[in-house]
Amino acid sequence: MEQLTDIYLTYQSTIGYIGINALLALSIYVSLSCGQLALGSAGFAAIGAYASALATMKADLPFPVALLVAALLPALVAVPLGLPVLRLKGVFLAIATIGFGEVVRLGLVNWDYVNGAQGIVAIPQKASIWMIYLAVAVTLFLLWRVRGSKWGFALEAIREDEPAARTMGIPSTQYKLAMLVLGAALAGLAGGLEAHFTFMVAPNGFGFSRVVDMLVFAVVGGAQVFWGAVAGAAFLTVLPEALRELAPLVGIEPGPLRLLVNGLVLLLVILFLPAGLVSLPRRLRERRAARKAARAPAGGAGAAA
Amino acid sequence: MGQQVINGLFLGSIYALFALGYTLVFGVLDILNLAHAAVFMVATFVAVALVGHGLDILLALPLAVLFAGLLGLVLERVAFRPLRARTDSNIAGLISSLAAATIIEAVALEIWGPNITRFPFGTMPEGPASQFQLLGGTVSRLQLTIIAVAVLLFLVLTWLVKGTRLGREVRAVAESPRSARVLGVNVDRAIAAAFFISSALGGAAGVLYGLAFNSISPDMGHGVELKGLAVIVLGGMGSMPGAVLAGFALGLTEVFVVANLGGSWRDVISFAGLFLFLVLRPRGLMGAAATREA
Amino acid sequence: MSALLSLRGVERTFGGLRAVDGASFEVAAGTVHGLIGPNGAGKTTLINLVSGLLAPTAGAIELGGRAIAGLPSHRIAGLGVARTFQSIRLFPELTARDNVLVGQHLRRHPSLLARLLLLRSAGEEARAAGERAGALLALVGLPDRANEQARHLSYGEQRRVEIARALASEPSLLLLDEPTAGMNPVEVQGVAQLIRRVAADGHSVLLVEHNVRLVMNVCDRITVLNFGKVIAEGTPPEVAAHPAVITAYLGSER
Repeated sequence: MEQLTDIYLTYQSTIGYIGINALLALSIYVSLSCGQLALGSAGFAAIGAYASALATMKADLPFPVALLVAALLPALVAVPLGLPVLRLKGVFLAIATIGFGEVVRLGLVNWDYVNGAQGIVAIPQKASIWMIYLAVAVTLFLLWRVRGSKWGFALEAIREDEPAARTMGIPSTQYKLAMLVLGAALAGLAGGLEAHFTFMVAPNGFGFSRVVDMLVFAVVGGAQVFWGAVAGAAFLTVLPEALRELAPLVGIEPGPLRLLVNGLVLLLVILFLPAGLVSLPRRLRERRAARKAARAPAGGAGAAA
Repeated sequence: MGQQVINGLFLGSIYALFALGYTLVFGVLDILNLAHAAVFMVATFVAVALVGHGLDILLALPLAVLFAGLLGLVLERVAFRPLRARTDSNIAGLISSLAAATIIEAVALEIWGPNITRFPFGTMPEGPASQFQLLGGTVSRLQLTIIAVAVLLFLVLTWLVKGTRLGREVRAVAESPRSARVLGVNVDRAIAAAFFISSALGGAAGVLYGLAFNSISPDMGHGVELKGLAVIVLGGMGSMPGAVLAGFALGLTEVFVVANLGGSWRDVISFAGLFLFLVLRPRGLMGAAATREA
Repeated sequence: MSALLSLRGVERTFGGLRAVDGASFEVAAGTVHGLIGPNGAGKTTLINLVSGLLAPTAGAIELGGRAIAGLPSHRIAGLGVARTFQSIRLFPELTARDNVLVGQHLRRHPSLLARLLLLRSAGEEARAAGERAGALLALVGLPDRANEQARHLSYGEQRRVEIARALASEPSLLLLDEPTAGMNPVEVQGVAQLIRRVAADGHSVLLVEHNVRLVMNVCDRITVLNFGKVIAEGTPPEVAAHPAVITAYLGSER
């Protein structure tokens, strides 16, 4: 028991970050679930982080209210952002939302009231790990209930073939906008939690590389199902910790080793496991079944076909 | 004023070179190659290493460019070709290019470390003796060399694309891979050629950038990566003349913004411009409509 | 009989090409209306115009007296138009049943609150929708393929799932774009029976088809299109005897 407490204390920050990263990965996933590559989440997280920090520090609002602000403000921003950019397809949407994220970051760098590039420090530590995981749990519950519902099918249909989905009466633009707004709220919430978990926020914590991380979590975990993003965030947040122990053994600095392994994992997943790590057990089962079928004569051939 | 124009053209020529390669691959494959900035960075380190071994920069530059081109071929083979049949190949390709960029950066970080590396002193002539007066401003021989090399590369590229059989094949694939195949074009070869040329241009931009600012590090590509994105959107995705035009336009605008508003506003311009262009005029200065395809 | 769908002077150009050139005709409620013509006559473009995938460059399209030309396709679907595609466009990763469930979008009215509170009513709504999807798959003769991913189905099966998916929205007007292309004669026979059955249930059908015998058998009226223009219209025997139709077909196929 004491050992468990020790582990908890040592890895408290990692455990918290698994949850925060899971929320951020989910913010990318919700747009991916209807086929949209929207990469504005770093900008939304920045808005949420700054808004909540100002809410608790300058306006003395209670933390739950500050978190509400952190989720709602980015969601409100996402509506006027989404109406024009969601007309863009594929990588153009990605580029426009990256541009949005950078504009937010540079706006903060140039905003003296929040100390520009220095960012805000000494934010009260009000976010505890159970809050982070409560937020993750509520989000997962919501996504679980949407899956298999009328709305869940509509999202899948838009992802597979948007024009065809529209001929079935599905107002695809509304769905895409709803997912962008939900993603913005999740990213903002994560930003608000992070600001009050690490005591500080700075614009450069919300740059392009941050949104790349989020995308990588979602894709490595698996963007076909909602728990994939969480699995990816957990795996890739724990991995650097494990690698730090491993680095001296392989003779590579921890920094490059972490990048190298991240890159290799991402490449292998996109090439060989397009449905992400969560599809690995199923793929292994299928392979084993196929091998068994190949080995068995006559009868097995029918099963394989 | 004259000084600013010169500085702007100088910066713009590097942006244009970088964006040309970026947009070439996009035009052919409809894929955003986010590893382009990593090639840009690695080529610079290779040039530094070659100069460090006593090679003249005039020899090191083409060798580094060749290395970048070959790296482009490897990238195409490993990260893009296996995904070509996928229905979501443009998103999958973007992600695998990110993976490739991360791997390249990790290797560079391990070999050269995170600190800033510089070309050895005397790689390019420096000091007052190597400066000219032009248009009412001071130009260094370095700046002139860089602009000259960039212009030379534009000319070579124009000849490659317009005047050679391979170039015509690349353009045919960009137009429509299916009809190109019907016309007997070896599509795989044309795509590989596009990657070679694209990465070579990216590498050239990197070496020139390294010479110009002499501050070389494994993350030097990050800023240019997003700038390049702005340039190819402004120019119209896939349009090579557009990329050159927009590259110079961005270089000039940045120099004037820094001079008149201050350095911290420089980057705001490119991203606000990128964003507004995509929303208001998705086809850019000279491209096809972004809402229609890809 | 009142007109359910009426087109007046509908025109659509692509660049300089007039794919549909001033077409006017009406589809009466409760009938099966054939639309035939040589390749490139503009039939699929016309279906795309009616279903809202394309907007006409000129002319009026009315559904039950309401102007629908240029409306977004999901609005037109909401007014009771469903369609199939000449190049099959099922959702390949979804199962046959889930494809049909997507088609029920306009007919399902679940409560989000009930779903989030795990109320029994939410489960019942979903179960009822699943049963309806199963029944539609049985109607098109695929009761045992419900759990198969669409991309694993045969060509003919995919076409039939598409019809089931279109019927799932209980449309007043069903647009079928070459529903028997690539089917064997037995399957074609099945589709003919299915179309009659659908019409008997009160849906109107606008049928684009290359199989002339099928069109002659199942249609109440036929419109013939050539070069984007209506060149003949009438009952199957009238159309078959029409000189312009004979020239168009013999002329195009030599």
